[in-house]
Order: sequence, then structure tokens, then C-alpha cells
Amino acid sequence: MSFSIYDFTSLTQSVDQALKNSLSPTWALIIEMVIVGLIFLMFYALLGLFLVYAERKICAFIQNRLGPNRVGPLGLFQTIADLIKLLMKELIYIKQADKLLFNLAPFIVIIASFMAIAAIPFAKGLHAIDLNIGIFYIMAVSSLGVVGILLAGWSSNSKYSLIGAMRSGAQIISYELSVGLSLLSIVIFSGTMQISGIVESQADAWWIIKGHIPAIIAFLIFLIASTAETNRGPFDLAEAESELTAGFHTEYSGIKFAFFFLAEYMNMFIVAAIATTVFLGGWMPFHIPGLLSFNTVMDYIPPVVWFMGKTAFIIFIMMWFKWTFPRLRIDQLLKLEWKYLLPLNLINILVIAFVVLMGWYLH
Amino acid sequence: MKSVLNYFKEIFSALRSLWGGMRVTGSYFLRPGQIVTQKYPENRKQLKMYDAFKGEVSMPHDENNQHKCTGCGICQINCPNGSIEVISKKITTEDGKTERIIDKHIYHLSMCTFCELCIKTCPSDALAWGQDFEHAVFNKSKLTKQLNQAGSTLKKVVKNNTPANDTIKANSNLENKQTNN
Amino acid sequence: MEEVIKDIIIKENEDYIINMGPQHPSTHGVLRFEVCLVGETVKYLIPHCGYIHRGIEKMCEKDTYQQIIHLTDRMDYLSAHINNEAVCLCVENALQVQVPERVVYIRTILSELSRIASHQLWWAAFGMDMGALTTFFYGLRDREKILDIFEESFGSRLLHSFNTPGGLMHDIHPNFQNGIKEFIKYFRKKLPEYDQLLTNNVIFKERSIGLGVLSKEDAISFGITGPSGRASGFACDIRKRFPYSAYDKVQFNEILFNEGDTFHRYKARIEEMKESMNILEQLVDNIPAGDYTAKLKPIIKLPVGEYYQRVEAARGELGVYIISDGNKNPLRVKFRTPNFSNLFIMNKLAAGSKIADLVAISGSLDLVIPDIDR
Repeated sequence: MSFSIYDFTSLTQSVDQALKNSLSPTWALIIEMVIVGLIFLMFYALLGLFLVYAERKICAFIQNRLGPNRVGPLGLFQTIADLIKLLMKELIYIKQADKLLFNLAPFIVIIASFMAIAAIPFAKGLHAIDLNIGIFYIMAVSSLGVVGILLAGWSSNSKYSLIGAMRSGAQIISYELSVGLSLLSIVIFSGTMQISGIVESQADAWWIIKGHIPAIIAFLIFLIASTAETNRGPFDLAEAESELTAGFHTEYSGIKFAFFFLAEYMNMFIVAAIATTVFLGGWMPFHIPGLLSFNTVMDYIPPVVWFMGKTAFIIFIMMWFKWTFPRLRIDQLLKLEWKYLLPLNLINILVIAFVVLMGWYLH
Repeated sequence: MKSVLNYFKEIFSALRSLWGGMRVTGSYFLRPGQIVTQKYPENRKQLKMYDAFKGEVSMPHDENNQHKCTGCGICQINCPNGSIEVISKKITTEDGKTERIIDKHIYHLSMCTFCELCIKTCPSDALAWGQDFEHAVFNKSKLTKQLNQAGSTLKKVVKNNTPANDTIKANSNLENKQTNN
Repeated sequence: MEEVIKDIIIKENEDYIINMGPQHPSTHGVLRFEVCLVGETVKYLIPHCGYIHRGIEKMCEKDTYQQIIHLTDRMDYLSAHINNEAVCLCVENALQVQVPERVVYIRTILSELSRIASHQLWWAAFGMDMGALTTFFYGLRDREKILDIFEESFGSRLLHSFNTPGGLMHDIHPNFQNGIKEFIKYFRKKLPEYDQLLTNNVIFKERSIGLGVLSKEDAISFGITGPSGRASGFACDIRKRFPYSAYDKVQFNEILFNEGDTFHRYKARIEEMKESMNILEQLVDNIPAGDYTAKLKPIIKLPVGEYYQRVEAARGELGVYIISDGNKNPLRVKFRTPNFSNLFIMNKLAAGSKIADLVAISGSLDLVIPDIDR
């Protein structure tokens, strides 16, 4: 395997060494954390802006419209203009709101999505932390966002917000199960919870190909459940524009609203990145076992490109069905989880365990 | 057993129906040629409204700055919203006759409902639809327009109308007098 | 009406009441539902109307019969032509005027085009109520084609006061018939997409089948007409029962369902669009030559008496009731608008369902608020 040309491990290690040589270990750690934090912050902001633009353009094309085309070439700077607008807008003061929680909620939401991004490997050696229970960490952290949503709905002291927040709570608690179980099925396949380990295990072929039918079922369930977890359509009950006007963020304005908005898109990116890492081989190139020349050509495409390409593909699918389907009702949403996804998922895990035991997957 | 089979059948038919919808939206996504919206201010030159388009009420003037309005006020009577005000004045012609001619034909675009009654009932066909549609202004008073241009005069027309139209006009004139009384 | 409903509903102080409207995305206008919730479930709801009351009936009393026409446009603006036609027919019947055949045919064609355009917009907005935003753009895209036909002939797209007592304002554009034929060809191709996006969609079916069931008895006693009534088996199509204009000359089916739920109210409208296209096909090539207006005096004075004319508007039965005292203005004008009757079934249909269902039910009744308030 010739990943060496795109291996970031030596680079990050040399930076680490240089810092450790010149400073005390504590200071080196702090500086590393600051650097990583800044890089992610930049990445976060840029990606958020780009995803908003992409969503608007994709939905416009689906709906036979041109989409944003005024600011910059092809409307590329539209979201930047929107951001400036949101920054300058008045933050409306809600008299009856619980001020502390009301101001805290957007930060909780955004921090939760910020934490999850740390464990995602963009290329070999290019990740902030590589925990040995990486999958577990991501599952734990990504469900923290609901606390922010619940707080936002509760503290706004608005009836619409409260209904939206309660819906979101019920939704995320139930869909958390399916997300966890579908990720677990790949953990059974690869035998590790460490994310870099899962990616390494897909060097010959991705799990969605190696694991054939059970893996595909797990992938579909993950896609559905994670869309529900990010509160995106057709599961956007917490916002439900035609029912609750804007759900939990009805009372938010200006940059606080922008935080919720940005967090939604970042959650979508994180979910797509997890799906890529776990099911589609992460930064691993596409390999067909046996075709050596084809595989070497694929190896020369940088892993970051592979990773981003696959993530973009999944994000596109999520946008595609958001702009196609009607919204579910709350009881149907719960029925879908408890009556269909969860039993299927449990059976699927049994099947996977059996497949792994018998060695019936490709390897 | 049968219920288990139905359970899976349900799931598959559901997935198929969802895929049907996604195929429609996906096919539109892949065909940008189907886009129906236009870049408006850029295509202003190519924009052509239909001949019948009701943009605003206008009074056509010919090259000699002449219009056909006699100032009879029938449009004002027929307008349901009071969008038209006809202000006429009396002048003395060269041969010593006193004649009533139009001084100002004022049109309030802000009140107009585009019902076409003024244009239809005008006995001398002096009014017509204008094709302009860019009416947005910052000041409401700009929506009040004077339709006859400055210095314009009445065009003398040779009457060759059908008898049917003549009766209508005669009646309208009658109505005019009645209301004035 | 409100008082009656309030009598039935016992309000308590602890009720969790939210106001849906007057400014809310789902009410399509300035209508307000005072909704009492128990969790997600609707306990009762009180419709409050009158936010867009303009006094059209009173305004009609100072207008001549020609001037009334443009006011009726502003009631149910989505089927503006049908409203115009109702007043014109009422005045013509009162005057015992025979309008030329050409006018009758063109009016019928325009009614059906308006009906399709109205149902297209309803489909678009109904999808949006359900959360499928893309349907909104597809519905409006197809509606544009009809509006283009309108604009070519009458100059306006939505509120074309094209009718006048005795006939039409002016003649149709030479391209009128071709435009309609092209539209029918185009729309027949697009209708399967409507089915794929909503009708067959499992989420949509789950949300609409068996929801808000309206019994035939209730439909009759509340006066629910139009597609909403016919979905409950109430055969109330004025075009079939009391034919006017050219409807006695064409073959068409009255769409009737017995289920009366949201899905069948939806289905009734989709089928009605197909039926309207059939009517158009029968008429479009047979427009007789002739005058576009009957010769009437410029000042219309109806004989003393009371006159009533009912037509089938896009949302149900529209009645025009005129009392004349022999003057050029009517003494009293009353419109029996379909939406006003259709609105007050909301409490009965929506009580006990979820908030999302409330939006779906009010969408399936296809309420146009200016028609309620007038």
C-alpha cells in the first residue's frame, strides 16, 4: 500500500516534537490545542458557509430555479453577505425569557457539533484525537446538541418553541438508538471502536461492499436515523415551518439564530463524515481487489479529496430527500423508529454477528 | 408468518414509493435546462410583454403631441375607485367659440384596480393600456400621474365608427349629462 | 357563528392555547385559529375570521353592475373568472338577455382553466403544508402556463375582470385555442409527477388517509360544497345539477368519493383537474364565431326583484344574490361564498388530531381567506 506520499503522521509528529523540544510539555499541549482549535474554527466557519450555499443551490436546481446568483460569480458570496446581515441584525430582547439559558443555548448546540468534529480523520494522521473508543465518543457527543435545543425551547418562554423543543427531545432520544446500533454493526465487522482502526480495516474494500446486504441495510438505517438526529427534513419536526413557524428557534434573532443555523449544517457534515468513515472507507481510495494498476491510480488521488468527495456525496443525498419528501407527523416518526428501524436493526446485528462468525463477508 | 411477510412487503413498497419521488426531483436536478426562472434586470432588453398586457392606463400621443381626449369625463364616472380625475378648462378658439378642452387628466395608479372600464367606455378611444410594469417608487405621490403631456392638443378625428359603437357613445354622453345634472 | 361554537366549547383557564395566525405560514392568509392543545393533540379550535374584511358586499351597493365585476375578483382571487361569471350570469338572467354562443363557450373554457389553475396552486400549497417544499415550485411552474394564456388574451394574470354583463370585455387572442391545446398536452405529461411526489408517497399517504373524516351528513348540514363535499359523497356539483353556461353541452363526470378523509379530498381535486382538461378538450375546438358581447344599454337597470345565481367555483358553490329596486345600483348584494361554509367544519374535523394534522386538514379544505371575509 502506497499511502506514504499522503501520510500526515510524520508531519504532525514533527510539529509535536518541535514544540515539545522548545517548550515545557504543558505549554506544548496548550499551544497544540490552540492551533487545532483555530484550524477547526476556520474550517467550521468556511464549511458552514459553503454548505448553506450548496443547499440553496441544490434545492434551487431541484425546484427548477436558478438559486442565489447576485453576490459574486454564481452567487458564491451570497452566504457571506447573509452572514454579515445576520451579524448586524438586532438581537431582540425577550422580556419573559430566562436570560441566562436563552443566551447559553446556541453555544451548547454549537459546542456539541464542534466537539464531534475532533474525532473525524480527514486523512491518515490528520485528526485531532484518535481515541480507542472513537465511535463511542462521537455517539456520546453528537447527542449533546439536544440539550441546547431543549434549553432554547424552554427558555424562550414561547409556546411554539416549547412544542418544538419537546418534539426534538422525543425524536433524538429515540433515534439515538438506531444510530448507535447501526454504527455498532460495523464495529462488529471491523472488531474495533477506534476510528483509525475502522478506516484501516477498509484498505482493501469499503465495508459497504465487503459487508454486502447487512452493511447496506445498516447504512440505510444510519442515513435515516442520523437525518432525524440532525433535525433535517423530512424529520424537521422541531422546526416544522408550516406548523410551528420556526419551532425551537422562533424567538431567536441575529447571530444567535445564525448559530442554530450553522450548527444544523455542521451536524449534517459530521453525520455525513461519520457515514463516510464507517461505511464508505473514510479517506481510503476506491479499490477493486485484483486490479493492481487501477488501484495504484486511485492511490494517487489525495485521501482528503476522497474523504471530502464521499462526504459531499452523502450530504447531497441528504439534501436530495429533504427537498423531496413531506414531513412526518410526530407519532409516525416514533412509529418509524420503534416499529421499523429498531427491530430491523436488531435483526441486522444478529445477522452481522453470524456473518462475521462464519466469515461470510469479503476479505 | 403472513404478518411478517406483510411487514417486509410494507417496507419495500414504502421504499419504492419514496424512490419514485426522488427520481422526479433527481431528474430535474440533472436537467438545468428545465429551469424556468429568469435573471430579471439583466434580461430587461429581451422582455416583451403581451400586447394586451395591462401595465397602467396611458393616453397615447402621436408625433405632433396630439391626443384624442375631449375631456368628457366618462372615464371618471365609470371608474369604480376614483382613480381618474378629469380637469377641463374653457378656452376661446380663433373663431370666437368657447370650447371645453382637457386641462389635466390625472390618473392615480395607486388606486387603480385595472378593471378596464375607463378604456372600454371611452367614446373617443383616447385611453389605452401602457406596457410599463416597473411601477415601484419610493414616494407614493409619484404614483399620481398626469396622462396628457404638457402642451398637447386635441387631435381632430374623422368619425367612421360602426353604428353600434355610435349608439353606445351617444348613450354614454347622455349618462354624462345626467350625472352632471 | 363564532358565538355558536363558543357555546359548545367549554374554555378552561388551564387550557394551553396557541394562536395559529393571523400571521402563520399554514393559514395561507390572515385567518386565526385559536387552538387549545393537550400536548400535541388539539382539544378544540376556534376560527376567527374578519382580518381581511373589506366590505365588498356593501361596496357593491354603490357601484353599477359593470363595476361590481372587478370587486368579485378580489373575493376568491384564485378563481376570479368564476366569480365574475356568477355576477354576469345573475345580471343577464335578470335582464333576460341572450348572450352570444361564443361568449358562453369562452366563459366555460375560462372557468375550467381557472379551476385547473386554482387546483394547481392548491396542490402546491398543500404539499408545502405537509412539509414537501418542492411541490410548491412545481405547482406554480405549471400554473404559469395557464396564466400566460390568460395574460395573452386579457392582459392580466390573476384578477382579469374580463367578463362584463352581456359578454366579454374584448375578443380573445387568436393564439388562445392553440395555447390551451399546448397546455393540455404539457399538463397531461406533468400530472404523473404530481402522483409520484405526493399521491403515491408513503409519508403523504400515512399522514392523510383516514385523517379528518367528514361524513356526508356533516357535509350537508355544514354546507360543505366543492371537492371537499364531493369527497364525502355529497353530490353537489352545480355544473352537473344545475347546468349553466355550456356545461349542458359537454360530457364529464362528477368526481365522487365516499371516504371523506383528507386523502380523498386531495384525490377529488386531482381527478377534477383531469376532468377539467376533458371539458376543455371538448370545447376548445368548437368555439363558434360571432360577437363577443350582447348589445346592452350602457346603464344597466335590473327590474325590481330578487335574483339568485349559483355557479361552481373552484372551492364549491358560489351564490350571488341581488336585490334590485330598479336603479342602476343594486339595493343589496350578498355572496354565498364556499370558503365561509367550509371553514367552520374545522373544529369538528381537527379536534382530537395532532397539530400537524390540523395544518393538513385546513390545507385539504383549500381555504382562501379573502373569500371568507369578503
